[in-house]
Amino acid sequence: MAVVHTPHPDLPPPMISVGVVGWLRRNLFSTPLNSLFTLGSLYLLYLVVPPMVNWALLDADWAGTSREACSGEGACWVFVRLRFLHFMVGFYPESELWRPVVVFGLAGLLLLYLLLKKLPYKSYVAGFGILVFPFIAFFLFYGGLFGLPVVETHQWGGLMLTLILSTVGMLFAMPLGTLLALGRRSSMAIPRGLSVVFIELWRGVPLITVLFMSSVLLPLFMPEGVRLDKLLRALIGISLFQSAYMAEVIRSGLQSVPHGQYEAADALGLSYWKAMLLIILPQALKNVIPGIVNTFIALFKDTTLVLIIGLFDLLATVQASFTDSKWLGFSAEGYIFAGFVYWLFCFSMSRYSQYLEKKLHTGH
Amino acid sequence: MENTSPEQVEQEQTIAIELAGVHKWYDAFHVLKDINLTVQRGERIIICGPSGCGKSTLIRCINRLEVHQRGVIRVDGLELDDNLKHIEQVRRDVGMVFQQFNLFPHLTVLDNCCLALIWVLKKPRKEAEDIALGYLERVKIVDQAYKYPEQLSGGQQQRVAIARSLCMNPSIMLFDEPTSALDPEMIKEVLDVMVDLAQAGMTMICVTHEMGFARTVADRVLFMDSGEIIEENDPENFFSNPQSERTKLFLGQIL
Repeated sequence: MAVVHTPHPDLPPPMISVGVVGWLRRNLFSTPLNSLFTLGSLYLLYLVVPPMVNWALLDADWAGTSREACSGEGACWVFVRLRFLHFMVGFYPESELWRPVVVFGLAGLLLLYLLLKKLPYKSYVAGFGILVFPFIAFFLFYGGLFGLPVVETHQWGGLMLTLILSTVGMLFAMPLGTLLALGRRSSMAIPRGLSVVFIELWRGVPLITVLFMSSVLLPLFMPEGVRLDKLLRALIGISLFQSAYMAEVIRSGLQSVPHGQYEAADALGLSYWKAMLLIILPQALKNVIPGIVNTFIALFKDTTLVLIIGLFDLLATVQASFTDSKWLGFSAEGYIFAGFVYWLFCFSMSRYSQYLEKKLHTGH
Repeated sequence: MENTSPEQVEQEQTIAIELAGVHKWYDAFHVLKDINLTVQRGERIIICGPSGCGKSTLIRCINRLEVHQRGVIRVDGLELDDNLKHIEQVRRDVGMVFQQFNLFPHLTVLDNCCLALIWVLKKPRKEAEDIALGYLERVKIVDQAYKYPEQLSGGQQQRVAIARSLCMNPSIMLFDEPTSALDPEMIKEVLDVMVDLAQAGMTMICVTHEMGFARTVADRVLFMDSGEIIEENDPENFFSNPQSERTKLFLGQIL
């Protein structure tokens, strides 16, 4: 006997599983134990959040030009406000302040252009940003050309130095790390051997050691009369150190690309470099965006270590200002401000990486 | 080569692929044993055999995705050895279609097809796109040109893969189990494209177990087992009158 099928209509979901009540029941009060945890957490939040908001915002002092403006009931942001410029650029001379402002303004515009959707010539703008802009930035920072007075690198500091260290580190770590990763997976013994030695050497040493070596030991090996700038030595150290980490992240991406992709590229007659640049790396890098951004974020925060070789990045500048006798006892505000700036940058990178992952996803 | 007679030149041009005494090992495993095979231009050859018999390895040696250790392989008269120029030239003239399609997932269907035209054959983008759209039309998938591979069904992906190979205008096509990863209802659309190609006179070597396809297009059917060519015959006699015991056993299992 034949069984004839009658189509079943689509029904709405049961009321209990949708809406606010459904959500609360599923996520917060699904079992007695869960309800207990929910109530306990709410009580903890009640204990912690209101006093924090009171201290940091409601009772805080914002206006004023000296310590007298601080009432002592809450945070005194006057300290941060008055020191703001110093935190941003360190001891960069005030008369030349327009130079970092122009550089960071331009960098901001470039980033904005690249982040906004559907603008023409993006690849040219990106190329300009990576290949040309760093030189413009350097000459503006340092001066010495077209009548701009020289500002020595030991006067650079604050957030500006943090950004210089991390941007240069990223710009070099990416291509160098890619080359090292390709080298380590190469079938040729010599590139492979060199890559393995380089990666394992740099990965096996703490960054502090690298910075010490670059600032203390390296000058001893330099020929007579050759003096490398301290900042430059730190930049080289950080770049090489981070490229070793980046290499391992990218190598894991290369391993995630199925072997069939390599074969299809070969079968079409693409040369090794074309296959890598057009087929393998775009997929490999996309697969490890979380790892790459993780490395970038770590690098951004690791730059605080340059303090030990006497470079004053954001954190070091903030810490140094605690010793000002007129402003003793405002370290909490300083640390919170520094922490907030670091968080802002790291969180932005993280959000951007998530956006990028979504944008580059080509599946269903 | 001055004293080569016109007949010899003629003969060389009619031979597309020549394998003489080819051996290959994976470490200690002897995967190809003394393979001798000559494929004429326009000939369609089907290779079948149990899994692990070396049939895929054999056709992958022809565009040097695998390296043979002993013997001579010549494609279009060019010997495949460590000479990268020869390898590149052979790969341009030999298209390959894989079991798992191996489309580039980060590129659209159209860009998959254009890539080698632009970067290997140095065609301008516009011309490359016209060529690619022509071949996508031929495999009846031109309406999907701007989608990504993962948005297509398996059968559609495999047809794109065939179009991608055809874009390079190859004179030889290798098919490595092109329908084995497909759902049954999609096998026919891919086989139709391959029959169409065969009828247009393409030199083809195809590893497949689609016996209906073999009967329709093949000039010769080769049966391999344990790295050796056990039997070869025209399709009619191969299926109705197999000679060796192993062939009989194999055909008994798949038919």
